[in-house]
Amino acid sequence: MSITPIIMPKWGLSMKQGTVMSWLVDVGASISVGKPIMEVETDKIASDVEAPDPGILRRKIANPGEVFPVKALLGVMAGAEVTDAQIDEFIAAYVTPADADDTEDGAAEQAWQWVDIDGIRVRYARRGNATGGKLPVLFIHGFGGDLDNWLFNIDAVGAQNPVIALDLPAHGQSSLTLAGTTLKDLARFVANFLDAIEVPRAHLVGHSMGGAIAAQLARDAPARVATLSLIGSAGLGREINAEYLAGYVAANSRRELKPVVEQLFADASLVSRQLLDDLLKYKRLDGVSAALTELAAGLFPAGQQGELPVSALAVGSIPLQVIWGEADRIIPASHAALAPRGAKVTVLTGAGHMVQMEKAGEVNALIKAHVG
Amino acid sequence: MSRKISIKQAINEALDQEMARDPAVICMGEDIVGGTGADGEKDAWGGVLGVTKGLYAKYGDRLMDTPLSESAYIGAAIGAAACGMRPVAELMFIDFMGVCFDQIYNQAAKFRYMFGGKAETPVVIRAMVGAGFRAAAQHSQMLTPLFTHIPGLKVVCPSTPYDTKGLLIQAIRDNDPVIFCEHKALYGIEGEVPEGSYTIPLGEANVVREGKHCSIVTYGLMVHRSLEAAATLAKEGVEVEIVDLRSLSPLDMDTVLDSVTKTSRLVCVDEASPRCNIATDISAQVAMNAFSALKAQIEMVTPPHTPVPFSPALEDLYIPSAAQIAAAVRKTVKGGKA
Repeated sequence: MSITPIIMPKWGLSMKQGTVMSWLVDVGASISVGKPIMEVETDKIASDVEAPDPGILRRKIANPGEVFPVKALLGVMAGAEVTDAQIDEFIAAYVTPADADDTEDGAAEQAWQWVDIDGIRVRYARRGNATGGKLPVLFIHGFGGDLDNWLFNIDAVGAQNPVIALDLPAHGQSSLTLAGTTLKDLARFVANFLDAIEVPRAHLVGHSMGGAIAAQLARDAPARVATLSLIGSAGLGREINAEYLAGYVAANSRRELKPVVEQLFADASLVSRQLLDDLLKYKRLDGVSAALTELAAGLFPAGQQGELPVSALAVGSIPLQVIWGEADRIIPASHAALAPRGAKVTVLTGAGHMVQMEKAGEVNALIKAHVG
Repeated sequence: MSRKISIKQAINEALDQEMARDPAVICMGEDIVGGTGADGEKDAWGGVLGVTKGLYAKYGDRLMDTPLSESAYIGAAIGAAACGMRPVAELMFIDFMGVCFDQIYNQAAKFRYMFGGKAETPVVIRAMVGAGFRAAAQHSQMLTPLFTHIPGLKVVCPSTPYDTKGLLIQAIRDNDPVIFCEHKALYGIEGEVPEGSYTIPLGEANVVREGKHCSIVTYGLMVHRSLEAAATLAKEGVEVEIVDLRSLSPLDMDTVLDSVTKTSRLVCVDEASPRCNIATDISAQVAMNAFSALKAQIEMVTPPHTPVPFSPALEDLYIPSAAQIAAAVRKTVKGGKA
């Protein structure tokens, strides 16, 4: 007998509860892995809950509009052989587990860790399944981003592999000190970070600028990189939306920032008040604007990408996949065609630059398959 | 990184970081160093409620204990500002502004204008506002409208530790006189605040809660009362949007009008006396600029037009309550067109 609970997911370290918006499948429907089952909204963002295992949707417990804590039971999937009585029994016996991060004080501190590298204090998260002896997956965010860009990915990929996500220098909650403004500098910094947390080798997943950093690291230290997954990545072609970069650096109010950040998504309604507030809290820190200006000038001189490390990669020893959102308005999806021969290329429709958020289920499945 | 601190700590941290960053920043006020005039931190009381505690040990003479003469030291702060310093003067209670009003509204507020832009007055005057402290009629007023009335003054009244630190740093860096109103009943509330320095622009409101049925426009302590009311109303199926003005001059009418256009209903909540206050100002501007968006009458929740009573029972009745705010929302939601 196999019963699969559908539970309220935990998207990002600060999520405590979510609102069920709608069911996307009917009771009795057969569901394959990764199929969206229902829509859930948090104060940060709305997304789909996807099936973790195949099965038949047997019971809906949550009604649209209701609010549930993380890990609460929202519905039940099971095979046809399971009886209704067994499902009733399962539901009656289900106890919502306490959120591991949800302690009274210092919750955030426990969820995040800190390490000093070259005088720069780095925030990172390290989670996931360490029991299988699998290599960890390192997530590297893009320009102006932070580890929360992976909020839909960390736990999903973490079910298979150990996962690590960091805030790059002058990003997120890491120190506001740049570790250089070339891809080589940044790749060296990431290598030093891996040294500091004693990870000799990892699968790298990079978004945008983070993709170019991952590719540079694969060139400079190939022995440390098991596979590469580059998402909406820099480093393949010259073109980049310079207006976006300048607008993002300059915006200092919600009113200015909103139209800029909306360019990151195919569905602009995903840009919530909370998402903008979190970005503004970062951008308003003394030193952020100067650091981002300097970094943009180094990496994207004259409004173009200065370095293209992906093009020169030899795919043989390090399996490479490239993932793009078709409606990417920051780095065009046409760059996917510039991936080196032998790379696995996937372009997803209905997604923009933040394809790992907008099509989290598909991207997670692609990453999990690629890292094996 | 950020951690939880109180509004009182947020003010202290903003002053500390700006004094460290800019030697032109100085602090003046009654008892901001020591209560009895003794040397050192031992006796450094740090203001009437201890907001500046610990700064004297770090910055010494850049914190100045003044005589009990507001007219003298507010004038001195404004003069120092006109000559290149960035003074932060602590006036203890906003109720005492009366004795130094000429310096504030006739001098500081007018210098830039009357000297054709050749003079600037980057002074911050901090003062406690609001009732609920059992301090009677002369120490409990919410006098924000006296200052929003004066062109040339900027007026700020934050409701959270995060906003307090960012707005105070911006106020200190701003080149115009800023009246920085601190609600004494909020000094103890805690919230996430980054350790590093950051600024929040003056004149930007914050939507602290989103909703579709009615907008509440407010500031200061009333933000918290409105949030309480919103929680009650949510159980009745009424989703309220709350706009925290944060800055009262300049005033972010764009955010207010956006919100009212979305919800079609408006309740203005103000702890200031009801005649010619922030609530009447917002109401008039919405009625003039977004009348067609409104589906019902605008409601206002304010104290009665009386001095703040000393009797604790009466003082509690004087301050607008969450129940009064909820009642006003229900009234406008039921009223008007469908």
